[in-house]
Amino acid sequence: MFTLTNKIKTFSIALIVLGLLGIAYGFYSAPSTIEEAKQIVASSHHDDGHASSYDDHSNEDKGHDEHGDGHEMSHDEHVFHQLANRPWAAIYVAAFFFFMISLGTLAFYAIQRAAQAGWSPLLFRVMEGITGYLLPGGLIVLVILLFSALHFNHMFIWMDPEVVEHDEIIRNKSGYLNIPFFLARGVFYLAGWSLYRYLSRKFSIAQDKANDNSNHIKNFKLSAGFLAFFLVTESMMSWDWIMSIDPHWFSTLFGWYVFASMIVSSITVIALLTIFLKSIGYLEKVNDNHMHDLAKFMFGFSVFWAYLWFSQFMLIWYANIPEEVTYFITRLEDYQLPFFGMLVMNFILPFLILINSDFKRLNWMIVTAGIIILIGHYMDVFNMIMPSAVGDQWFFGIPELGSVMFFSGLFIYIVFSSLTKAPLEASGDPFKKESEKFVY
Amino acid sequence: MANKFIHAIYDDDDKLLDAVKHLKKEGVYIEDVFTPFPVHGLDKALGLAPTRISIAGFIYGCIGFAFAIFMMNYIMIVDWPQNIGGKPSFSFIENMPAFVPILFELTVFFSAHLMVITFYLRSRLWPFKKAENPIPETTDDKFLVQIPVSGNEKEIKSKIKKTDILKIDVVEIKE
Repeated sequence: MFTLTNKIKTFSIALIVLGLLGIAYGFYSAPSTIEEAKQIVASSHHDDGHASSYDDHSNEDKGHDEHGDGHEMSHDEHVFHQLANRPWAAIYVAAFFFFMISLGTLAFYAIQRAAQAGWSPLLFRVMEGITGYLLPGGLIVLVILLFSALHFNHMFIWMDPEVVEHDEIIRNKSGYLNIPFFLARGVFYLAGWSLYRYLSRKFSIAQDKANDNSNHIKNFKLSAGFLAFFLVTESMMSWDWIMSIDPHWFSTLFGWYVFASMIVSSITVIALLTIFLKSIGYLEKVNDNHMHDLAKFMFGFSVFWAYLWFSQFMLIWYANIPEEVTYFITRLEDYQLPFFGMLVMNFILPFLILINSDFKRLNWMIVTAGIIILIGHYMDVFNMIMPSAVGDQWFFGIPELGSVMFFSGLFIYIVFSSLTKAPLEASGDPFKKESEKFVY
Repeated sequence: MANKFIHAIYDDDDKLLDAVKHLKKEGVYIEDVFTPFPVHGLDKALGLAPTRISIAGFIYGCIGFAFAIFMMNYIMIVDWPQNIGGKPSFSFIENMPAFVPILFELTVFFSAHLMVITFYLRSRLWPFKKAENPIPETTDDKFLVQIPVSGNEKEIKSKIKKTDILKIDVVEIKE
């Protein structure tokens, strides 16, 4: 039985408190009027390195405004909205990133259950611990979306009735993209995922003391059903929660793309948490063979992510249709560092580090690759949300760092406290023995 | 020259693997094992040196990647630039996304084919080569362990009989 040490508790609470301070600073420094926004932009021209790059860009925007229509926002108002969105977007990126780790772990867990995998039962409790964050993390994401729906920020411009009125493309989508339906869908997805998590966890713990395999079989059937539900809802969730930030743009493989990011970060977190628990003396039956398999999944899904990323990019780049290609033009012009940085961190580095079979058995190699992958996929979520929410006014500063600290603290606290609630070994699992003597 | 061999024949890969582990523990020298398909874990049980084919594969992949860059650059940029879909046709790097599928395919192509050829060379296999396996059943459903003997035939036989054996043959091969 795992017990929460004071060290972990203090560490996570410290992260939460520091994160809260960072978030509060983010809201404090965000402009509340257009005049303040102008001042912030003017001052950042002098002292901020990256700011100089948008000099030309903002002049260009002003050019548009001269012959702009009456209903279009002025450039200053636009910048004001972007700056006001920044703390919200910072929270949203971090909240979604940690939520997606637990959701991806749930999917990975369901795959193990449905496939009746022999190697992984020793890791079931680790995965169940990570999915403990699903409900709280999901509720936080829903609350942020609710704040958007109540017009506390302008991340989702289709939520603004004035914008919709003048925008034919969004107006035509309003049967799907309207606030009540949007929120109801969010509640529906989260309820379905949490229900599976609750039932599966219940059967898993009941199996520990059971004399037959009935709980295991129930879990098997439930997991297969959940995977079908998950495939549809995960795709729709990615349209709703991420793609609708750019309501004009769409990509048909976006759901898969988000899934790839999700599953690779989840497997990485499973591997890192397993290594951590082993290092403090738990999970003594988990050995190099299990780590090797997890590292193979990290390697494989990193390549899978790159494949989907490139498939999405190349079709749009090649066709060069204005409505589609704007998505990548903003990212290539204003987000060069995170855009190409994430390619290196999510594909090239994991590929080169983890390609060697022997390296997949070295814990420090897995940890190195894992940290690179996690930072890279945070950048991926950043690149998905920020360009539309804050445009060229982005920076990785105190609000972003604070949000990451807050949610990582919360994640660590909730995951470790849900690990304490059940024995770390699924002792009644019918495949436990196979998992123990598993050789890759 | 030891030209007298015991051929221990098994009818299942798990039985073979257990037998090989048992014989190794008893200190019996196994010259070779003939199987209809690769048996997982047999190389470790026999104590063979780990394969280096994956390192060769990585190098071949790099060669293919480099060759693809050279080839696409020569065909599409240097020799005969073509305007396809209005893409920049005088710069390799700006046109690179269009070449990625080819870079990928040639990397895989070189890696796979050269690995197969390396494997054949290393195993000394070539067309019209006479088969080396002692009995043709090892290409169908039998597993054969070849053990050279010189005077200690009875001792080895008694050790083999403790394993889950199908039959034992003693053969003399003329050099």
